[in-house]
Amino acid sequence: MAHADAHAIHPEPVTGIDNRKLAIWTFIGSECLFFASLIGTYLVYRGRDTKGPFPHAEWTDPATGKLFEPIFEIPLVTFGTAVLLFSSFFVVLALSGAQEGNRRKLLTWLGLTITCGLFFVGMQVYEFTHFVHKGLTLQQNLFGTTFYTLTGFHGTHVTLGVIWLGALMVEAVRGKLTAERALNLEIAALYWHFVDVVWIVIFPVVYLMK
Amino acid sequence: MATSVLGQAGTAAATAHHEQTGLWSWLTTVDHKRIGVMYGASAFLFFLIGGLEALLIRWQLAKPDNNFLSPEAYNQLFTMHGTTMIFLGVMPMSAMFFNYMIPLHIGARDVAFPRLNAFSLWVFLLGGIFLNASFLLGAAPDGGWFGYANLSSKQYSPGLNMDFWAMGLQILGIASLAAGVNFFVTILNMRAPGMKLMRMPMFVWASFITQLLILLSFPVITVALIFLMFDRLFGTNFFTPATGGDPMLWQHLFWIFGHPEVYILILPSFGIISEIMPVFSRKPLFGYSAMVFATAFIAFLGFGVWSHHMFSTGMGPFADTFFSLATMLIAIPTGVKIFNWLGTAWGGSIQMKTPMYFALGFLAMFTMGGISGVMHSAAPADLQQTDSYFVVAHFHYVLFGGAIFALTAGAYYWWPKMFGHMLDEGIGKLHFWLMFIAFNLTFFPMHIVGLHGMPRRVYTYPAGLGFEVWNQIETVGALLLGLSQLVFMWNWWVSARKATPAPADPWGGATLEWAIPSPPQVFNFGEVPTVASREPLWDWRRAAGGKLPEPPRVSGAGIHLPPNSFWPLLAAFGVTFIFISFMLMARFGPWPMIASASLLFLSIFNWAFEPTH
Repeated sequence: MAHADAHAIHPEPVTGIDNRKLAIWTFIGSECLFFASLIGTYLVYRGRDTKGPFPHAEWTDPATGKLFEPIFEIPLVTFGTAVLLFSSFFVVLALSGAQEGNRRKLLTWLGLTITCGLFFVGMQVYEFTHFVHKGLTLQQNLFGTTFYTLTGFHGTHVTLGVIWLGALMVEAVRGKLTAERALNLEIAALYWHFVDVVWIVIFPVVYLMK
Repeated sequence: MATSVLGQAGTAAATAHHEQTGLWSWLTTVDHKRIGVMYGASAFLFFLIGGLEALLIRWQLAKPDNNFLSPEAYNQLFTMHGTTMIFLGVMPMSAMFFNYMIPLHIGARDVAFPRLNAFSLWVFLLGGIFLNASFLLGAAPDGGWFGYANLSSKQYSPGLNMDFWAMGLQILGIASLAAGVNFFVTILNMRAPGMKLMRMPMFVWASFITQLLILLSFPVITVALIFLMFDRLFGTNFFTPATGGDPMLWQHLFWIFGHPEVYILILPSFGIISEIMPVFSRKPLFGYSAMVFATAFIAFLGFGVWSHHMFSTGMGPFADTFFSLATMLIAIPTGVKIFNWLGTAWGGSIQMKTPMYFALGFLAMFTMGGISGVMHSAAPADLQQTDSYFVVAHFHYVLFGGAIFALTAGAYYWWPKMFGHMLDEGIGKLHFWLMFIAFNLTFFPMHIVGLHGMPRRVYTYPAGLGFEVWNQIETVGALLLGLSQLVFMWNWWVSARKATPAPADPWGGATLEWAIPSPPQVFNFGEVPTVASREPLWDWRRAAGGKLPEPPRVSGAGIHLPPNSFWPLLAAFGVTFIFISFMLMARFGPWPMIASASLLFLSIFNWAFEPTH
């Protein structure tokens, strides 16, 4: 009986965890170091700027006498954070729908997850544009450099997640995301949760800490 | 067994697996063995290129005040020599053995993700070609393999040189990370029945821990290279002191990657030696568990010693002390390994075949490199040695005397398995002695000139400092070292023409790869083996009361293998073009980027939806 699966393309995984699921966990472990380096750099450079604008304080350019408002406006990003966190909950419901073979439940919650993701990316695009208008460019100072790099790479991850979930949505609409293939969604959902967890670190470290 | 029989009956009409032929079959292959061979062939080619760079460096240094090379050309050559040997030589040579041997060692038919495996190969190959293409523009990287900020900034390196370096390393990093995920999952999930973790061959353990190091250290250099790229292309401030940026950040990020990288280079070699020593001593590996834990401990400590590369930057006594002590600690698990290899040979019935020559050469040379390593783990001693040829001597003893000797040992050991014929023993021993003597001629005098104060990374030296004789010896040694590689290739040629067929198990091996015909059939194992100990073949031989019969080549009908795919190759082109597009952005705007990203997405989508059944 030990050889029952001897001719299968993928024999039973030794750990009991599907290869693809183990791979995404491994990838997430690796990504932790990626974001740790970005966040570490942000923290190391915090408060080292010789010129503004600054995240939480006003700044007057001594050369021109021009006043720069504090960059951060907490309410919008708090709302965006909440939306992203809810999307993690929604994708769990979508996965449950897929596993039950409940197409309506799957489509509803997967659609909502993607909408939340799109909203978050939209918020970030608005925020970046707005901050540039307030005088914070990528090149302006260390704050601009580290802020845009860190949140930009997070935003790229969210965008890729939206594309991934979008592709699964197309599959779901075509009725191909069946209960047997729910793992496809589970793997994308693991990635999606990870991207959310990273934001839970970024939000207080970057926006709230003064 | 009944299900198995039924399963075969259901697909009895399926055709047998024949060896595919033709260029297209190689470009689209997902077979780990073919991918391994291609890794090996490209790595050896890059190794020769890196060797030629070294010979040019040695020719320049053969006499004082030489002007054979300009300072600019010299900078390019030593940078490319280091970068090539590390990322395009030793790492992919190890990857050849990962690819070819891990599935055979654990009793699997392929890796967990065969197409991802092909993707890794092609990304590595294209990245290596891209990096070397910089020579054609006369703009090869010239800021050292460590690319220190802010020497690497646009201000001090205005040409394309360091752009090639940053982009090339990013591309190669993607290949390593993809392979890292793949082999991590393969080793955990694809083991044959009975192959518990503590029954895996040491080579698989060493590879497993290497993948962990890759997964945890490469993201850090990815980020560092992103910062460098942004500073150079978009004018950000990561490493510009004028705006408060700190060049030390680069050194920290680089060495947090760079020190684990050292173990990424050497651990697979430790694994190879741990396979060869028992087989040619006719004794099981001494202290198997201690070896496993020592390897894990080396990897763990490897993340806590990075600043010993930075003693001369003035980090203060606390940091210097911490990193000195952590570095000295590494000598303990490494010493455990050395003594366990000696313990394996002790009292054994030693078979002096070519792989064993190289393995013993490794033991002696690596130990010497390890001892000079302990010498500069002490910060005050390091301050005297840093940036001198003493350091160059040290890391060539561990990387050439260590890694290259071990990889060569592995090549001699597994050549019959991979290509189905034996390598010539006589030429092999000539190869060993020539390489061994030439290696010591080249690198031993570097200890002496280094302690006399000869600085590294400088294109020439004045006469009258007592450096001349030693440098001449080094250059002669380097030429002989080049010749020894020609002897190696001559051995391939002679042996291929002689074509002495290799039996399944020419050495009396202990691990599963020796249970199947040489070379293995495309599906590796006709029947997936069941393992009951660390040396399954020795068990079976004992049970059979002597030599095992030659395993027959079987038809393999009914064994499902993943079909070929060209999407990995296309996706690899997409990845490479994306990084080239960054360099083209200033001139052509976003269009090359959009085109390459589209190619990548197209390939990934087709890859994802490609039928594999």
